[in-house]
Amino acid sequence: MQQPKVLMINHEKCTGCRRCELVCSIFHEGVANPSKARIKVEKWEWEGLYIPMSCRQCVDAPCMNVCPVKAISRDEADARVSVDQDLCIGCRSCVAVCPFGAMNFNKTERKVYKCDLCDGDPQCVRFCDMKAVDFVDPTKEALSKKRDAAQKIADAKKVATELLASQL
Amino acid sequence: MALDRKIAIVNLTTGQIDIKPITLEMRKQFLGGRGMAAYLLYKNSKPGCDPLSPDNAVIFSAGILSGMPASATSRTDVMTKNPLTGLLGSGNFGGFFAAELHYAGFENICVVGKASKPVYLFVNDGEVKIMDAKNLWGKSVTEAQWAVREELGDRDVMCAVSGPAGEKLVRYANTMTGIKNANGRGGGGCTMGSKNLKMVAARGTMDIKIAHPREALEFDKRFIEQITSAKVNQTMGTLGTPFIWGATNSWGGIRTNNFQYNQLLYCDEIEPENIDEWSKESMGSEYNMAACFGCQVHCRAKYKIPDTPLARKWGLVGKYDEGPEYTSQGAFCGEPGCTHLDTLLMGNHLVDQYGVDNLEIGSLISWAMELYEAGILTSKDTDGLDLRFGNDDAVIAMIHHVCKRDTWLGNVLAEGGIRASETIGKDSFKYLIHMKGMSNLHSDERATPALALNLALASRGSDHLRSRPAIDLYHLPVDVMRRIYSSPVPYEGPLSSDHTEYIGKPWQVVWHENCYMAVDCLGICKYHTTFLGATLPNFEDWAKVLYFNTGLEMSPKDIWDVSERANMVERLFNLREGMKKDDPYKGEVLAERYFEEPCRRGAPDVIGKKIDREKFVEMRGLFYKYKGLDENGVPTAESLKKYGLENLDKEPSRV
Ligand code: SF4
Ligand code: SF4
Ligand code: SF4
Repeated sequence: MQQPKVLMINHEKCTGCRRCELVCSIFHEGVANPSKARIKVEKWEWEGLYIPMSCRQCVDAPCMNVCPVKAISRDEADARVSVDQDLCIGCRSCVAVCPFGAMNFNKTERKVYKCDLCDGDPQCVRFCDMKAVDFVDPTKEALSKKRDAAQKIADAKKVATELLASQL
Repeated sequence: MALDRKIAIVNLTTGQIDIKPITLEMRKQFLGGRGMAAYLLYKNSKPGCDPLSPDNAVIFSAGILSGMPASATSRTDVMTKNPLTGLLGSGNFGGFFAAELHYAGFENICVVGKASKPVYLFVNDGEVKIMDAKNLWGKSVTEAQWAVREELGDRDVMCAVSGPAGEKLVRYANTMTGIKNANGRGGGGCTMGSKNLKMVAARGTMDIKIAHPREALEFDKRFIEQITSAKVNQTMGTLGTPFIWGATNSWGGIRTNNFQYNQLLYCDEIEPENIDEWSKESMGSEYNMAACFGCQVHCRAKYKIPDTPLARKWGLVGKYDEGPEYTSQGAFCGEPGCTHLDTLLMGNHLVDQYGVDNLEIGSLISWAMELYEAGILTSKDTDGLDLRFGNDDAVIAMIHHVCKRDTWLGNVLAEGGIRASETIGKDSFKYLIHMKGMSNLHSDERATPALALNLALASRGSDHLRSRPAIDLYHLPVDVMRRIYSSPVPYEGPLSSDHTEYIGKPWQVVWHENCYMAVDCLGICKYHTTFLGATLPNFEDWAKVLYFNTGLEMSPKDIWDVSERANMVERLFNLREGMKKDDPYKGEVLAERYFEEPCRRGAPDVIGKKIDREKFVEMRGLFYKYKGLDENGVPTAESLKKYGLENLDKEPSRV
């Protein structure tokens, strides 16, 4: 069976431009306002480190589990966790409990909002030339992560061997 | 709506803050960014004032499209009466400040007067507050930004900041934002220092309502493709601006040892590919580029300073920075005749931290080197420093001395070339490479008359970003050039795709001057225009992007007219402050050496080249004619009327 795609983030590719924030806010709200984006690029500018953060659409979603009025639900078909705006009472329990800070609060509407994967055409992915955010099959994500991790261990091993050799 | 951002006029002497709307009429006249800044400076600085007095103004002006989707729109113009030249001072930086200023509800901040103690401005969601800067004073560019974010408890505060060089009133201290975005030219940081103003800190969560959001996004997508498909931008995205260095140097267009040669020899270490390699290695990553707000070109390489004896001596090993730009290559290698990567990376880092114009400081240090070798300066004047060309350590030492003003020579150079030459005396002025009192970029224009003409005519003095018809160097077929240069205003005169020619160049300089003014008003980065490639966006595209984002309906010709008008205001400012056509200090002339000393190195079509004096004067005359100026470069009554500027002096401010 075809796996529903997930947002994959490779922060090493991110240039910190925040275009993803900009287009996300325009697509959903019609306004340019990164503080209303569903994605946020966390930046450690003085070290050149940028990490885009967005909803992981968790399988066992803490936001969904904690919601007292069952406003948050999970659609198995497209693997999307969504908030029913009519049911949301703005208690912000989900905001507090999300491990990724991916649930946001709209001060004017007094309700929460989150990444909805733009109905299958994620704008952040569409506009990120670097593909620092990508929309991929989850098994592919796992595989490439595995490869990366293996590569890192291999590299570390090489360095260690060289170090040892130089000390002998 | 998109066009509801405001102007704040802040008087630091009285503490009064006036918040005013920007009328639609003003928009149509000046759009935003540099155009608005020119108008505000003209109206808010006192004619003939001492630039370091409270009567000067400093203006922070976001582009009209800043923070909106049109690719790299977060450009800010900082404009003031230049403490170095007494004429127009203006620079433009990228980064994230302009976007944040817009989200905070403002487009222009105009500061006059002088605070009695160090302050900073906090611009936040429709409000401007004057804050105590006691804890920020004395801090370096990054330390100050970090500290204010801590103080305000918000990591997304974006700052336009003056560094320690600005506090010390180094006359070419600049305004910085982020790690390395420099409002390089114009002395904005020095004016800020004279006002006891450490920074403008902006933070905003206010909507910019996009006029046609879906169309704006779709157009933006096309825009990006147009920009990133240009080969030149792909190269820029991997190597940054240093990519120009390789070609220009091998061809013979890099001014070295002040102005004695036009090619730096044996400089593999600072070639773009080598910088790129070091950047990747020191960041430990395959992807090593950083970008300004919403920009897909991402032209800045991240790096850490290597562990070398010189870096150890100056305590800079492992320090993080971005760049180094083409300009730093020239300032810390080409001009002083140095060839080492660590010198380049350290020089770049130091100017970013002190907040000083890399081009000006590098040029002046190199000028002092030539004076030292010529015996005009002695080791007594240099406090024992062996100021010979190629002495890397001396270059780094001099950057510190100038920014701290802690030696005789450092203090003298901090005053700028013309003032320094008056103090040093002898023949020193003869060796100074400047136009309108500003040191020249490190490139050598003796083989490219169009670029030389642009240097002499640029409103802020010797300049490579006011009008740089650099596509000249690509030898485009004349019919392609004609297509570019005949739109949106028809041009039937001669054109030549030979960069060593004088034919048709005056029009090219006019055209590019308007092109760059347009993007400076819109807030778009110059790498997204015809700056480097013929296929990049142009007047037609800007009219559309303006409409989709803001709803403002303007034709390409209307945008061209805004450029003409804004350029004319800049010229009127210069004329008001004493610019005279042939004045060697403040005039529209080239440094004498351009006319007298031929190029000694480089390609066969470069060797032996110098600028022909008569042809230069002829080009300048044509430029004046095309712009509606009289033979002295003064706007005619007719052209003033055409652009609605006939009463600029008399009428009250329109904002
Ligand atoms: S658009 Fe891409 S490169 Fe830019 S900040 Fe977002 S994830 Fe990073
Ligand atoms: S909002 Fe947070 S907790 Fe909820 S699904 Fe997304 S990442 Fe998981
Ligand atoms: S997928 Fe859509 S909603 Fe989610 S972060 Fe990206 S742009 Fe925003």
